[in-house]
Amino acid sequence: MTARRTVLEAAEIRRALTRIAHEVLERNKGADDLVLLGIPTRGVTLATRLGRRLTEIEGRPVPVGSLDATMYRDDLRRQPVRTIAPTELPDGGIDDKVVVLVDDVLFSGRTIRAALDALSDLGRPRAVRLAVLVDRGHRELPIRADHVGKNLPTSLSERVRVALEEVDGTDEVRIESDAAEVSA
Amino acid sequence: MRHLLSAADLDRAQAVTVLDVAEQMAATQRREIKKLPTLRGRTVVNLFFEDSTRTRISFEAAAKRLSADVINFSAKGSSVSKGESLKDTALTLEAMGADAVVVRHPASGAPHRLAHAGWTRGAVVNAGDGTHEHPTQALLDAFTMRRHLVENATGADLAGRRVAVVGDVLHSRVARSNVLLLNTLGAHVVLVAPPTLLPVGVEGWPCEVSYDLDATLAGAHGDLDAVMMLRVQAERMNASYFPSVREYSRRYGLDARRVGLLPDHTVVMHPGPMNRGLEISADAADSPRSTIVEQVTNGVAVRMAVLYLLLAGARDLAPAGPPADEVALTEGVLP
Repeated sequence: MTARRTVLEAAEIRRALTRIAHEVLERNKGADDLVLLGIPTRGVTLATRLGRRLTEIEGRPVPVGSLDATMYRDDLRRQPVRTIAPTELPDGGIDDKVVVLVDDVLFSGRTIRAALDALSDLGRPRAVRLAVLVDRGHRELPIRADHVGKNLPTSLSERVRVALEEVDGTDEVRIESDAAEVSA
Repeated sequence: MRHLLSAADLDRAQAVTVLDVAEQMAATQRREIKKLPTLRGRTVVNLFFEDSTRTRISFEAAAKRLSADVINFSAKGSSVSKGESLKDTALTLEAMGADAVVVRHPASGAPHRLAHAGWTRGAVVNAGDGTHEHPTQALLDAFTMRRHLVENATGADLAGRRVAVVGDVLHSRVARSNVLLLNTLGAHVVLVAPPTLLPVGVEGWPCEVSYDLDATLAGAHGDLDAVMMLRVQAERMNASYFPSVREYSRRYGLDARRVGLLPDHTVVMHPGPMNRGLEISADAADSPRSTIVEQVTNGVAVRMAVLYLLLAGARDLAPAGPPADEVALTEGVLP
């Protein structure tokens, strides 16, 4: 038996992204040199939405791309082999830009470490920031997010699932846990 | 899957996965920094009992771009010329800690023996065995065709495409692997060769057979999307299989006139090395629709994908516990 609990609904996800968009602009003092890079799969969807918000607010397009860090991970040998998603940098590249990495869930921090390595092979941004929809804690590396949609205290036995309209047909963040462990 | 011994080892989903991963590998090879840290600490041995330029260099480049250590071993100038057996060579490589063995051997089935005799724990990749198979060549050919013939290539197969494979099918490991893989990917294959250069049992292969190149090119059974010329392997011919070079060239060679018969989108392929003037004329080999040089480039990306899929993941290990939330795992991919 799996117990499910919805922690963010569509409207809350929308409001969180709007707030993050304003935070990013405030921190960067405008949209100059901003590049959003989503981490596949759902980070790319979120980066696209965030890019749309920024464009609406600032009235000019903010470039959005994707960054796959699979080949830079340190846990490749511990798991079944993963497929590789595309890395697509916007025209103009990332040199001397302010790159905002976008992901759905920040957990151990290992994905972000891999993404930072991948980024340094692609160019030299002036600064790199991190925006996530959910920070669920349990960091294993000294990494923190600059912009967080929601801090979500979880236990290690729980799973955080982010569903997005474009990928999963619905907008929702939920926590799943095996019922047996909850009652134990 | 632990090894890549035959194009038939791959089902459709696995073959498409290799091509998709190769697509991403190819993208990394257009960057300024081409090296990836993915296989750091792994050792790939190139075990070549037969001469080869492009396949060995291609595997070497692929392994190095993924940061694996590469040990090149060629039979010439090694203990093999002193009479060392395949088994003893394999045990030596195992003692050195090879994670993957890329093997080319003049005897059909040698890679299979290496993989299943328990001499080595490493993954075995067949880089051409006798007249049997050459699966990575078939994968790079399919990759090249997909790039040219299919829009929105990612995730797609070659369903409905028509491919002619022309020439010395009898001695060609490339032809066998191509027929098997193209069939898996949904393409229709026509083998075109003189009856003397077709292997016994070809009627059991999942393809059509023709003896007449001009009729096939003229689209007797529908337009062709790709024409793949095979090298006439004179070094393997211990009898005369055709009356004269000139006659072979006239009946089965691809020249400018025959290229002119093809539809505009059709690509001309050759696995190399070419016998210019025999199975393919210089006009045809250097024409804008020829993908011969591109095939070599694609070979590195495809071999990177194969090494990645065989070596990057955990070996013989069931996924332990729920995966991290950060990246969705794709299960059921190669190993």
